[in-house]
Amino acid sequence: MDFPTTNMIGDMIRTLIPNTTLAYLVNGVLAVLALLMIPFVLVPFLIYLERKVCARIQARVGPNRVGPFGLLQTIADVMKLLFKEILIPGGADKFTFLLATTLPLSSSFLILAIMPFDSNLQVTDLSMGVPFVIAISGLGILGLLIGGWGSNNKYSLLGSLRAGSQMISYEISLALIMLFIVLVSGTASLREIVLTQQGPFWHSWWIFKIPVLGLVVFILYLISSTAELNRGPFDIAEAEQELTAGPFTEYSGMAYAMFYLAEYINLVIAAGLAATLFLGGFLPPLIGVQSVDQILVKVPGVVWFALKDLFIIIVYMFFRWTFPRPRVDQLIAFEWKFMLPLNLIMLVLGAVFVSVGWILP
Amino acid sequence: MKLQEYLAKSFHGAISLLKGLHITAGYFFHPSRIVTEQYPNNKKTLKMAERFRGQVIMPHDESGEHKCTACTMCEKACPNGSISILPTKNVAGKKVLGQFIYRFDTCTLCSLCVEACPFDAIRMGQNFENSAYSREAFELILNKKEGRG
Repeated sequence: MDFPTTNMIGDMIRTLIPNTTLAYLVNGVLAVLALLMIPFVLVPFLIYLERKVCARIQARVGPNRVGPFGLLQTIADVMKLLFKEILIPGGADKFTFLLATTLPLSSSFLILAIMPFDSNLQVTDLSMGVPFVIAISGLGILGLLIGGWGSNNKYSLLGSLRAGSQMISYEISLALIMLFIVLVSGTASLREIVLTQQGPFWHSWWIFKIPVLGLVVFILYLISSTAELNRGPFDIAEAEQELTAGPFTEYSGMAYAMFYLAEYINLVIAAGLAATLFLGGFLPPLIGVQSVDQILVKVPGVVWFALKDLFIIIVYMFFRWTFPRPRVDQLIAFEWKFMLPLNLIMLVLGAVFVSVGWILP
Repeated sequence: MKLQEYLAKSFHGAISLLKGLHITAGYFFHPSRIVTEQYPNNKKTLKMAERFRGQVIMPHDESGEHKCTACTMCEKACPNGSISILPTKNVAGKKVLGQFIYRFDTCTLCSLCVEACPFDAIRMGQNFENSAYSREAFELILNKKEGRG
């Protein structure tokens, strides 16, 4: 199976515009526009999905009044937010307050830029993709921290400090898990990591390719990325009952929506990384039967990526609406006393497995 | 904490999380368990719960008789003074119920009158659609005819 790096639209632009630099520019602009579509199309749908899943879990109906099946509910909500005033509280540091709204979203966009949606649907393929993801995800935390600090509100400050300590702690686990995949696959580029997972899924996706270890590391990834996403059960930053809305308390209108957008794009990214690192990204789930595989290969990779992404997102939603929230100290203790040692052990075991050769072909 | 205890605790914790997921998945995959009543839409098929406490009613049997003896236990039990019993005398000179006046506008549906009634003459009904244009509409006479038997 070959995986082209160029796609139809890019080729078309290159033939239409002979000037290489200009074609580069046009393609770049198109890529940015395509990425911009994700928050505007996907996020309202994800919010709707989240509300529906949550409703079903709680034996309710969920939004079903605005539009068919309530599909337009989030659009209506976004319209409302657009027209609301962005209130800046008295005593707030105006520059910091407004700067904080942009940081989480921009960090999400930077990671989207290297996400391999398909073999030929990636803005850029960094050879240092995984370290880039680890480095950039720190920027989102900064947004929360300075947003909470700039709001001049005790709930915001406490929430942002809690969010900061939580996300910095879990970042370490997440980095170790990604390093584990880099270690076993021998490459740090997200595209190359996907391409190391070709073949029937039960012995070529990294979740199964390393016996037992892959599954354990996948579960650890789910836990620490949930914490990294600031979602329930680790939504210490928001913790509605204790801190109203944490760092977002003083934000209104579009400024608040920016955080919300970033939160849901991060959800897509975390699920996408899980799909890329463990579930073969854009590769079809081959089952080893020739006739079926031929059909599965025909399906575009972006569809497989979207399906895997959606599956992980629904798993995250189940986590959020099932598990109770731990206390702050329990959360931090869980990271430093359980997740971190376990991840280090997994890293060592991974190295042992690679050197002994206990990796399925 | 001993290592063994620690491991056992971790294991049981994981199991309990899986149990939780099992329950939520059960609700997620069975839409028939949804309890929400989409009220104005399902007005025709709406069935209230048996123990629902709506407006107080006085059941009458087939011959149109009620069980009230005008003992005024309910009137005394009512904390709001929503019930007034106006007794009258029948041909035999016996005290019987003249009018059972029930002022719904001050009633809190506490059900104390129903509990106080020694003859089960009144009970909580199922009606909850009570809006009206005037206060007078809430002054109800529950018995259909005077006296008993």
